[in-house]
Amino acid sequence: MADMQDPIIRIENICKTYPGGVQAVDNVSLNVDRGEFFALLGPSGCGKTTLLRMMAGFEIPTSGTLLIDGQNMADVQPNKRPVNMVFQSYAVFPHMSVAQNVGYGLKIEGRPKREIAERVQEALDLVKLGHLGGRMPDELSGGQRQRVALARALIKRPSVLLLDEPLSALDAKLREAMQIELVRLQKTVGITFVIVTHDQDEALSMANRIAVMEQGVVKQIAGPAELYESPNCRFVADFIGKINLFDGQAKANGNGKTLVETPVLGKVEFGGDANGPVSLGVRPEKVRVSREKPGGNLLAAQGPVTDIAYYGGYSKVFVDIGAKEPVLADITNAERSTGPGFENGEKLWVSWRAEDTLVLTS
Amino acid sequence: MALLSRLRARREPIGPLDYYRKLWLRLIMAGTLIFLYGPISTLVAFSFNDSRRNIVWRGFTLKYYEKALENDELIEAFTNSLTIAFFTTIVSVILAALAAYVLWRFRFPFKAAYEGAVALPIVIPEICMGVAMMAFFARIGWPSDLPWPLSLSQITIAHIAFSFPFAAIVIRARLETFNRELGESARDLGASEARVFWDIVVPHMKPGLIAGALLSFTLSLDDFVITFFTAGPNTVTFPVKVYSMVRFSVTPEVNAASTILIGLTLVLTAIALRLQNRNNMNMQA
Amino acid sequence: MEHWRKSAGAFWAGFLPPTLWLLAFFFVPLSLIWAFSFGEKSGIIDIDLVWTFENYARALEPLYLGIFAKSLWMATITTFICLVVGFPVAIGIVFAPPKMRMWLLLLVILPFWTNLLIRTYALIAVLRTRGHVNFALEWMWDHANSFLTLIGLGSFSLLGERFEPLEMLYNNTAVVIGLVYVGLPFMVLPLYAALDRLDRSYIEASLDLGAGHTRTFWSVVVPLALPGIASGIVITFIPTLGSFLTPDLLGGPDSQMIANVIERQFKSANHWPFGSALSFLLMYATFFGLAVRALMSRNEERGGR
Repeated sequence: MADMQDPIIRIENICKTYPGGVQAVDNVSLNVDRGEFFALLGPSGCGKTTLLRMMAGFEIPTSGTLLIDGQNMADVQPNKRPVNMVFQSYAVFPHMSVAQNVGYGLKIEGRPKREIAERVQEALDLVKLGHLGGRMPDELSGGQRQRVALARALIKRPSVLLLDEPLSALDAKLREAMQIELVRLQKTVGITFVIVTHDQDEALSMANRIAVMEQGVVKQIAGPAELYESPNCRFVADFIGKINLFDGQAKANGNGKTLVETPVLGKVEFGGDANGPVSLGVRPEKVRVSREKPGGNLLAAQGPVTDIAYYGGYSKVFVDIGAKEPVLADITNAERSTGPGFENGEKLWVSWRAEDTLVLTS
Repeated sequence: MALLSRLRARREPIGPLDYYRKLWLRLIMAGTLIFLYGPISTLVAFSFNDSRRNIVWRGFTLKYYEKALENDELIEAFTNSLTIAFFTTIVSVILAALAAYVLWRFRFPFKAAYEGAVALPIVIPEICMGVAMMAFFARIGWPSDLPWPLSLSQITIAHIAFSFPFAAIVIRARLETFNRELGESARDLGASEARVFWDIVVPHMKPGLIAGALLSFTLSLDDFVITFFTAGPNTVTFPVKVYSMVRFSVTPEVNAASTILIGLTLVLTAIALRLQNRNNMNMQA
Repeated sequence: MEHWRKSAGAFWAGFLPPTLWLLAFFFVPLSLIWAFSFGEKSGIIDIDLVWTFENYARALEPLYLGIFAKSLWMATITTFICLVVGFPVAIGIVFAPPKMRMWLLLLVILPFWTNLLIRTYALIAVLRTRGHVNFALEWMWDHANSFLTLIGLGSFSLLGERFEPLEMLYNNTAVVIGLVYVGLPFMVLPLYAALDRLDRSYIEASLDLGAGHTRTFWSVVVPLALPGIASGIVITFIPTLGSFLTPDLLGGPDSQMIANVIERQFKSANHWPFGSALSFLLMYATFFGLAVRALMSRNEERGGR
């Protein structure tokens, strides 16, 4: 039996090429730990769904190995795998009642009727649908149907629950409630969840760890905070949250320091050693805006305000300092006045601390 | 290179839902296609076979086509069939266009029942319609010794009765894509009811009219059962002629004549399908 | 849609021609044989309308009841074979790559457009005693025989003295083969449409929950494709039941179906009232089938799918 310390899913060098030559997944390796809430995040067409469907067994990898619970899945049919899936469309069988849907997997296992009935009730209670067992799917709302799909998958007590864009068909309010609900559910049942999503907020708020994918390649695997504060490349920095980017040239001076020169910010020294073209990045909420030139060890530049957008709790201020795009600063409206108190066209200083700056080499 | 990529594609693993690539399913599909096409292809192939025995391949020849073309009875039957199909098509399309237009435009009492009645010739068994037409013409004393082409009138009338409902369905489907506001705006600009029909509705219906016409033509050309019962003693159509030849024996001339008819219907069908495709593309655009 | 009275002139101009044609050349003839079916033959072609049920009573005679039963039986077997063969074919087409799908579908529909008579004739040419199937069998027989001679078993005549061609024509089997030949496309199309509408994630969900392919087929695919299956059964069964040409050309003396009896009553036996009664019985059977189908599709709509 596999060691409990081993990852529950181990993916090694998996590739998937479709007939016709489309490379959907390109040499992906990753581990999912036991009890984790793991998210596959990326824009549509990045290969995240293909990867999930390979775990479920609906797509066969062109090369590479996939182990679930220490067992090689190469020749294991979907119906023999210790995983269950919640489909994007929920795929709740329309010709079966809620209880029949939820009990389907157990019926196939050949469990006695009594046990099925008990466990169905248990599973329905878990997703708070205990009173709806007799309903037909077309009498349910979208959110309820999704709970049925969840209960149907969880009742089999899988090693891993796979969720394919589970919240994409719900409206915004319900989606937020379901995010909290899913996290609660995962903690209750203690099963590993792997979720596919294109929504960064969803991934950040729910997952322990997130794999960001682009064009079939995993760009970075990290926890939400690390992903936001220390992205390892421009794509991740840009995909997760908003960021201001400045192109520049880096030159390592050999003793652990790098000098980056950008047209708008001048020369700035950072730790690490990089050479060649880099981007400097800063998150909008780390940017300060002032009328006077700020003192201290700050990166700063001056320019006219091009746009101010008021969002209630905060305002977005765009300042054109001569870079490719205006710098975006998020200003908290901490005092009850009429917004940030700046005007369009006004010349302002933007500034931020060097340690809040990201140096992105790729 | 192409071969290499083919080989690579072959090695592509078969996913759980790739039923199409499972061997047993391919065998059933291949068997079905052989069953559907084997007999017809043999018939076509052996119409070019230089042997009366019609079973062993003895080389290519067109002599049975010449023979079929020299066969006056066959030619007469063929001419009759084309003439009937021609008149059937014209009347069918007019009746079908009117019926489709009325069903599309108006609300009227018992409309559902009326629609069902119009579709009835499509669903009732051919034999019932055939004997009904036969009894009808005998009872009203329709003259059976009229000069050609009036001698074909019974068959033509019967063909129109069963083919225009088919054409009406095709034309109605086309009308569903018509924007009613176009007609209303023409009325608003001062066009009369008839002008709107001619200037706005008919041009939009045109692909449907052509498809309906081709359908009527093929239906009429292909019909055997109803013709068999409505044909007078002296009028023979192509299918009826083939029927009497088939009862007699299997000969290369029949193969040749059949091949000509298959070719003709295939060409007409191909045109109809192309038109329909272009229609769909226009709709998407 | 506007009410007809709003433009009554346009309405009548469009409504009358097709309606009158249909009345005069479809409903009047049908009514005529409907009336005949209650009539009595009083001369060679004279019929007295006496409103008797005798013709219908005659249809209940064992001979005709037998033919009715036989027609129903043949149509049932044919429909069943079409369903069993058509289902995998429809599955194959639905799961084929999109480009192939169009071509396969076209290949299945195309026989619709070739003359029924010619297709039946082609079957005769293939199946007859001196036809291609027997020819191929004889070839195999010859080769098997010379192979046996080669290995020294020739003198035992294991395969019989000489090749006996199979009698494949002019019997019930030939008629069923012919009917399947004609009916298969009718079955495949509605099945294809139903399976095409079926969301694949239902199949995947069933596999995911532990069911095998067979189990998934019976508990998910079949129930969800049921309206299409019913539709396919009805539209294969109805034309098959009323077939005239296939049993006429491929059948033997004992493989007549109801349409052949009707034809005989009108052409050679010249007993129109009886033929009319049989025609109407056939039509009632057809309407019954259509009603079943309409009922099923209404149920489906009410199911809200």
